[in-house]
Amino acid sequence: MHSLNYHKASNASEAARLLSGTEDGKFLAGGQTLIPAMKTRLAAPSDLVDVSGAAELRGINVSGREVTIGAATTHAEVAANGELRNVCPSICDMAANIGDPAVRHRGTIGGSIANNDPAADYPAAMLALGATIKTVSREIAADDFFVGLFETALYDDELITSIGFTAPAAGAYAKFPNPASRYAMCGVFVAKGDGGVRVGVTGAGADGAFRAGDFEAALDGEFSAEALDGLSVRAEEMLSDIHGDGVYRANLVSVMARRAVAAAN
Amino acid sequence: MSTVSMTVNGKAVSADVEDRTLLVDYIREHLRLTGTHVGCDTSQCGTCVVHVDGKAVKSCTMLAAAAEGAEVTTIEGVANGDLHPMQRAFNDNHGLQCGFCTPGMIMSGIDMVNRYKAEGRELDETAIRHELEGNICRCTGYHNIVKSIAQAASEM
Amino acid sequence: MSEGIGASVKRKEDKRFITGKGKYTDDIRMENQAYAAFVRSSHAHAEIQGIDASAAEGMSGVIAVLTGAQLTGDGIGNLICGWAISSKDGSPMNMGAWSALATEKVRYVGDAVAVVIAESKDEAQAAAEAVDVSYSELPVAASIVAALADGAPDIHENAPGNVIYDWELGDGDATEAALASAAHVTEMDITNNRLAPNAMEPRSAVATYDDAEDHYTLYSTSQNPHVARLVLSAFYQVAPEHKLRVIAPDVGGGFGSKIYIYPEEIVCLWASMKTRRSVKWTAERTESFLTDAHGRDHVTEARMGFDADGRIVGFKVSTKANFGAYMSLFSSAVPTYLYATLLSGTYDIPAIHCEVLACYTNTVPVDAYRGAGRPEASFVVERLMETAAREMGKDPAELRRVNFVKEFPYQTQVIMNYDSGDFEGNMNQAMEAADWAGFAARKAEAANRGRLRGIGMACYIEACGIAPSAAVGSLGAGVGLWESAEVRVNPVGTIEVLTGSHSHGQGHETTFAQVVAERFGVPLDSIQIVHGDTDKVQFGMGTYGSRSGPVGISAIVKACDKVEVKVRKIAAHLLECNPDELVLEDSQVKVPGTNKALGWHEVGLAAYTAHNLPADMEPGLKEGAFYDPENFTFPMGCFIAEVEIDPGTGKTDVVKFVASDDFGVIINPMIVEGQVHGGIAQGVGQALLEEMVYDESGQPVSGSYMDYTMPRAEDVPSFVVEHHNTRCATNPLGIKGCGEAGAIGSPPAVINAISDAIGNNDISMPATSAKVWAAIQASGTGMAAE
Repeated sequence: MHSLNYHKASNASEAARLLSGTEDGKFLAGGQTLIPAMKTRLAAPSDLVDVSGAAELRGINVSGREVTIGAATTHAEVAANGELRNVCPSICDMAANIGDPAVRHRGTIGGSIANNDPAADYPAAMLALGATIKTVSREIAADDFFVGLFETALYDDELITSIGFTAPAAGAYAKFPNPASRYAMCGVFVAKGDGGVRVGVTGAGADGAFRAGDFEAALDGEFSAEALDGLSVRAEEMLSDIHGDGVYRANLVSVMARRAVAAAN
Repeated sequence: MSTVSMTVNGKAVSADVEDRTLLVDYIREHLRLTGTHVGCDTSQCGTCVVHVDGKAVKSCTMLAAAAEGAEVTTIEGVANGDLHPMQRAFNDNHGLQCGFCTPGMIMSGIDMVNRYKAEGRELDETAIRHELEGNICRCTGYHNIVKSIAQAASEM
Repeated sequence: MSEGIGASVKRKEDKRFITGKGKYTDDIRMENQAYAAFVRSSHAHAEIQGIDASAAEGMSGVIAVLTGAQLTGDGIGNLICGWAISSKDGSPMNMGAWSALATEKVRYVGDAVAVVIAESKDEAQAAAEAVDVSYSELPVAASIVAALADGAPDIHENAPGNVIYDWELGDGDATEAALASAAHVTEMDITNNRLAPNAMEPRSAVATYDDAEDHYTLYSTSQNPHVARLVLSAFYQVAPEHKLRVIAPDVGGGFGSKIYIYPEEIVCLWASMKTRRSVKWTAERTESFLTDAHGRDHVTEARMGFDADGRIVGFKVSTKANFGAYMSLFSSAVPTYLYATLLSGTYDIPAIHCEVLACYTNTVPVDAYRGAGRPEASFVVERLMETAAREMGKDPAELRRVNFVKEFPYQTQVIMNYDSGDFEGNMNQAMEAADWAGFAARKAEAANRGRLRGIGMACYIEACGIAPSAAVGSLGAGVGLWESAEVRVNPVGTIEVLTGSHSHGQGHETTFAQVVAERFGVPLDSIQIVHGDTDKVQFGMGTYGSRSGPVGISAIVKACDKVEVKVRKIAAHLLECNPDELVLEDSQVKVPGTNKALGWHEVGLAAYTAHNLPADMEPGLKEGAFYDPENFTFPMGCFIAEVEIDPGTGKTDVVKFVASDDFGVIINPMIVEGQVHGGIAQGVGQALLEEMVYDESGQPVSGSYMDYTMPRAEDVPSFVVEHHNTRCATNPLGIKGCGEAGAIGSPPAVINAISDAIGNNDISMPATSAKVWAAIQASGTGMAAE
């Protein structure tokens, strides 16, 4: 691992100030993706500004169906939150299957979203839930946030503070993990909200997480697994690697979508 | 360099370390507690699992500086007197062969039993196998590790 | 006896491991310790045009940057393969030069070019990145097909066409004649996937040179420290044996990968002399994938012929084996004498012919990995048997039953002489435990849940306890394969057993002590097993090939024989009785039915005080023995796997796994079953999950746990492990060995079960979800989509 300077921020504005003084600094939340990348020397930030201890970035607030999750809230905290489970069990179930127990104790929702790994689970949930990603300076709709592989709409020094969404009437996440990494090889989050059905897909797309528009339209007509019969995403737009080609991943999208819908009903 | 202070196995410790120092290196190289191991570089094998403020974490994926002020427990600190029930269960059930993954398995085992008990959930074989996703063993085929954790769960 | 042979005694060695007090190589820190980081090739095949270390040499903490030119200049020899195999035409194998640090060419991604020695690990790594190596890239051959293609680049000058040897065993003419006359011939193309061994402890070395004594000490993650010392001395000229101590402390798993002496140990020793510092190196996991010897990697064409009654008449096997870029220490023996010799399986086959073409590729060297040749043989034989049964419309169990070897000793057509066994007994036991008869109902029930259920069997046999030294010598081995032991009874009666076997998870500290405790009638706690240090143990051949039981324990038994003779003589002298009247039990040496008895410790004391010994007897009570086996041992068994497949995703779950093994006499059933569990998990891993993949340019694609699928707890079920043992006829305790069996028998059982479930036999390892799903689509046996 390369040399670096470590800074601990106690709130968002301090974090921004600390980062602005660095040469090539990065925010550090749980570090469950960033630190492995640094260990294998794929990432070499000059400075790390640790936001995991900033109280204002942590915690879950549920008010009616409106949910706000602090960016530094861990996967374990999301999974175990009773109030959240009452209104939106699907996101709790999803968080309960990210990584492994030790990773869930450290990894955060903000870190996952900011990194936008094409195989991470949260991007699918954000798209399906129509979430709003709140930063120190603005609010970004999930549809505008995930730009491409490991790319987001965030500016270099922009810190996510929280995630907000309206709990859907029904929803579920179905994941087929990569056998080696246990990241999603295909994860489909289906949410039936006030504005209709949204389907977020992660792990499978060659350009990262995406919404399956055809699936959404069909499910708007009838929210059942059968409504998806005959529908599929384009294999040539899917990832292809040693674990499965585009045709296989396209199949997984169809199968996981049907299973998510069945689970949501 | 920063001075990092924490409590490890009930003892206050402090050392000047480079900022890039991982918690596992702090534990192994500075405190010379070598029961915590390193078996991979992608945060998957779990041989480095310790407890930070009572929760299992991968000490290879956390900076020592981020554990400032924390209560850390390593394999050397789990026993209160003789052996922890989880340690004894691994011996009773032949839950280890080469022993390299064992400290991490024991730390993860204790953590899962504690969580399931706190939540009032039953830790059956299926649950144990699922909870072990972040711990890899090459020797035992997991059969006796699962038995060990099940025994400890009934005793803890 | 509760602590003796046959007792599931809890392991003596566990306490240090469960309390975090195990002492592995990376836990060792020497005074004055520096760290090594290797500069490795990122190209699979290239000429080295120059190495500019000037920037690295000026960096913080750097002590030295050392290259291959300096290494060879100091007279350090090339790495060697220790088993000479000749081609059909009698020509010797084409072994290319392998320098611990490459000098002119690099031949695989990860090939070491230089080493940086620095004050800290981070400084060493940073400087290693700053060493500027200029390469001229060469065409790459990263697979068997590419290496043997017309116009393939020659990886070594002395191996034209990349061929190392073209070897054969058996009677080609008789086999072809038998196949020509067969009523049915089953033909298959079979790939045995390349695996990375992945002991959880990465390899590590700590080397220290003492210039006052001109003496070296190496702490090493080795399965065989004496072999390491021999090879480092005799072939690599690092230091003469009496000036080199090799210590293998606690070692975190081996599975073959820690047999070999790698470039890193050589370089650390040499660098410690160059820098006058202790030098430590520990692999990161990525480095393990790049440098640990891989396993398997065969492609095979096989034809098995049957008569009208289903009896095998002939078996022809043509295999191509990938050796990687250099010939590793035992590489040549793996696809020959550890493979072709097992192609008779558990069956009476009157004609067998096997050809093996070994080739170089631009990949990391390939050598023995748990099972080593025998899993490949078992896979070929048992896939063919299953396929043949289906083609001929016969029950796969019945086809095996008809062809089993039933009388012993049995001389196969491929060298081996099976001494004992009851193959049908093991199959019956496994089928009963698996409820074979009830499978149809379980399949129907699974179908109701939308799942495809299948059952598969494999009857493996393997050869352990390697091996009779004269026999292997005549077949090209460079060493003898005996084992040594020394039994020291102290004046207070406690016992130290020094063994050349090395324990890295096998539980020797317990099982070896059980043997001695039973033999002398003394408590287990009074016995200490000492191993892994060339200064303590005189010599040993180490632990691999499931040899510690049949060979290592046999050496201990032989040493115990000698101790017992002396104990009896001393006691008889003191008790004024006949030595043959005495029994050794309850920590006493006594004449039954009398009050004539001595405490075991009293005999020990008498031996050392030497006040009253028989005439002409030397004082002391310590005996050593070398045991050279008279034959291989032949563990065998029947494994049955039952799988359920999700037709939507192709994911296979092994829902039941039954093993019935014949290991001969078992010392500690708990430990033996643990060995089987671990072996099965590795075999299931090979069948379903694991593959070391290189792309066409020789870049490793599955070089971390992000892409190389290690079996996890959820990937395997709890196993049913049973025994139906017949005593080995050729060693004193009747032990056959158990370390590799699980990995040998399980891959064909799992693949046979999958092909049964999906009705498509065209399925290769690893049977990933994607492959199984595609096979279901191809066969049209998938259920209606949900």
